[in-house]
Amino acid sequence: MYQYDKFDQSAVDARVEEFRDQVKRRLAGEITEDQFKPLRLMNGLYLQLHAYMLRVAVPYGTLNSRQMHMLAHIARKYDRGYGHFTTRQNIQYNWIKLEECADLLAELASVEMHAIQTSGNCIRNISSDQFAGAAADEVADPRPWAELLRQWSSFHPEFSYLPRKFKIAVIASKEDRAAMRLHDIGLELIMRDGVLGAKVFVGGGMGRTPMIAPEIKDFIRAEDLLSYVEACLRVYNRYGRRDNIYKARIKILVHEIGADAYRAQVEEEFAHVKTLGIDPPLAELERITAFFGTPAFETGLSDTVDRADPDFAVWLDQNVKPHKQVGYAIANISLKPIGGIPGDASADQIDVMATLAKHYSFDELRVTHAQNIVLPHVAKRDLYALWQALDTAGLANANLDLISDIIACPGLDYCSLANARSIPVAQKIATRFASAERQRDLGELKLKISGCINACGHHHAGHIGILGVDKKGVENYQLTFGGSGAEDVSIGKIIGPGFDEDGVVDAVEKATDVYKTLRTDGERFLDTYRRVGLDPFKEAIYG
Amino acid sequence: MKLLTGNDLPTGDVVWWTGKNWSLHVAEAVDVGDAGDTILLVEEEARRVNASYIVDAAMTPQGPLPLHIKDRVRAAGPTVRQDLGINPAINIVKA
Amino acid sequence: MGNLRYRQDSESTAPVVALDSFVGETNATAVRIEPGEDARALIPHLDRLSLVEIAFPKFRDGRGYSSARILREAGYAGELRAQGDVLVDQIVYMRRCGFDSFAPDVPLDETVVGEALDRFAYVYQGAADGSVPIWKLRHG
Repeated sequence: MYQYDKFDQSAVDARVEEFRDQVKRRLAGEITEDQFKPLRLMNGLYLQLHAYMLRVAVPYGTLNSRQMHMLAHIARKYDRGYGHFTTRQNIQYNWIKLEECADLLAELASVEMHAIQTSGNCIRNISSDQFAGAAADEVADPRPWAELLRQWSSFHPEFSYLPRKFKIAVIASKEDRAAMRLHDIGLELIMRDGVLGAKVFVGGGMGRTPMIAPEIKDFIRAEDLLSYVEACLRVYNRYGRRDNIYKARIKILVHEIGADAYRAQVEEEFAHVKTLGIDPPLAELERITAFFGTPAFETGLSDTVDRADPDFAVWLDQNVKPHKQVGYAIANISLKPIGGIPGDASADQIDVMATLAKHYSFDELRVTHAQNIVLPHVAKRDLYALWQALDTAGLANANLDLISDIIACPGLDYCSLANARSIPVAQKIATRFASAERQRDLGELKLKISGCINACGHHHAGHIGILGVDKKGVENYQLTFGGSGAEDVSIGKIIGPGFDEDGVVDAVEKATDVYKTLRTDGERFLDTYRRVGLDPFKEAIYG
Repeated sequence: MKLLTGNDLPTGDVVWWTGKNWSLHVAEAVDVGDAGDTILLVEEEARRVNASYIVDAAMTPQGPLPLHIKDRVRAAGPTVRQDLGINPAINIVKA
Repeated sequence: MGNLRYRQDSESTAPVVALDSFVGETNATAVRIEPGEDARALIPHLDRLSLVEIAFPKFRDGRGYSSARILREAGYAGELRAQGDVLVDQIVYMRRCGFDSFAPDVPLDETVVGEALDRFAYVYQGAADGSVPIWKLRHG
């Protein structure tokens, strides 16, 4: 993975000192909260319902054991012993003190980590495929492009006071494992005539008005990438709406002027920006790419796994995915124990995962946007020992992509923007469907819960989505069906009137019962819904 | 009744106006009537509180409690981590 | 006064006119651009401009950063002033976008400004201030 040189290190160190100075000035009253807020947001520090919350960046979801151990250390020293992995591959700490934050950031900087631009109206963490470098279906590892974008976007002087936040995702396969089409800019790396380039999609997003990003450019070469995205951002910075925060994302601009008009403006700007010489030479991408080389895989390893232990076999079948290298596998660690808090991990668990990555995965981990962890390069002969260690640490739930593998935002338990709690709903649903056999019988069922319209739980992209709303001061839950964040991207539709907390759990159960009676061979819940439509489900749920 | 709440600037702790100072416990909060804006102006200026606002509340056998569920969660702590909350006994769902 | 200026030449004393007046008024040498106005409208007239003032009525509205770069990219070499809700913590990015003078509503603490400008030794991207981006330092 990427390693900082002196320039990268200098940038994060300087940022820590800049923030330290800004905190000092805030505590001394030299700047008001109104002036300080965008500055602390650009360093990932929110003021939430109970305390300051810090969002630490995990660039394109990749980190090593040393960094993971640091995340555990941060949880113990500066927080309350746990962290929360997010739907943008980052980690959040819920109980941070402002007066300690600069010291915390300095410790992160010592292991090449930071919280730069994880909030605020600027370019956020560049996300990517959690199986990058391990999946057989990628045309190339997307992460060097993501790293190039990370550096370009960091401390960008023109784009730090955008109309709203800006999220970029990069993938390199037909299968979309990063919800790329639901980002402000999505890049899909492709080969054309033997040259690696990218398709560019602009104007996707969730939130109040979910939209799927249209294709704006069918092929951009690496040597033109930064000029092109610079042009995309400049058009947005100049013409994005600033009158209404719910209409300020780029998806609204692209929708209002139309993809063709947006594309034309970008092309005009791109032609101009291209003359400025801001694109690095290909040597820079090559330099970055060298950090993402193939690990020193052993050859001649057995491609079979001993399935004698039935519990291990269940985990093997559900959580382990094929690797491009014979004898290796991709191991998925579920942070969704039944009845637990989705995406949370204790400091001890984080340390365990770090140690396991070092021993079994070439010292690399990934955070997924589904709030789980991946060990991308595990020799098949090590899977059993890995599973045993995960089991001891409470990290071996074999529920990847099943109904209890719920994405849930922190919701009203933590977030000052929320209208309803999301975590208790997730807990109740997982408990209702606790039976492993029942879950496997239902198969792939991506259930996502958001506690408010901001959709941080990505409910629009859920096969089943749940949106918490405030109904005259009482929590109420709307159900959506038919969303998908994969390459078959679609936005879920509300099925009818909302429910209370127990009511929505019952409704979900009824929906799965309908699915079981109507499904044909091999159909997922999503497929059956798309085939038969809403009526059979609506009838069962509303009677 | 009207309570005042905010966050301690350096620590982020949620605090409630007691009439004299800021407490971690909503049970010690007082009804400020119409005086909320004035008090908050002074307290914010002195940086004894941050991000403060006025909360509608009612007196209950447990003491003053905010009316809105969000402010009740704020007073109680995360309902899913009662071990971390400052006043976990607060019933956030209105009776 | 609280204004900061990073130029050697003498400051323009000409009246600053609004953009829609400027084009018709051939004597004007100083113009003001509001956030929603198109800085490109000035490109045919750069020769007669000694001062462009870009308004920042609210510091969160970042359109002025693009306006500034657009003018510098078009070859404008006169004074480029950021006026309004300009705070210390925006100065570094503003300088990078080509601003060389500042007229803040609230006077800036020059010591703090100095520290801010010295804090970052390197920059990742080429902008309008001529700083050599990190990728160029890496590859020569």
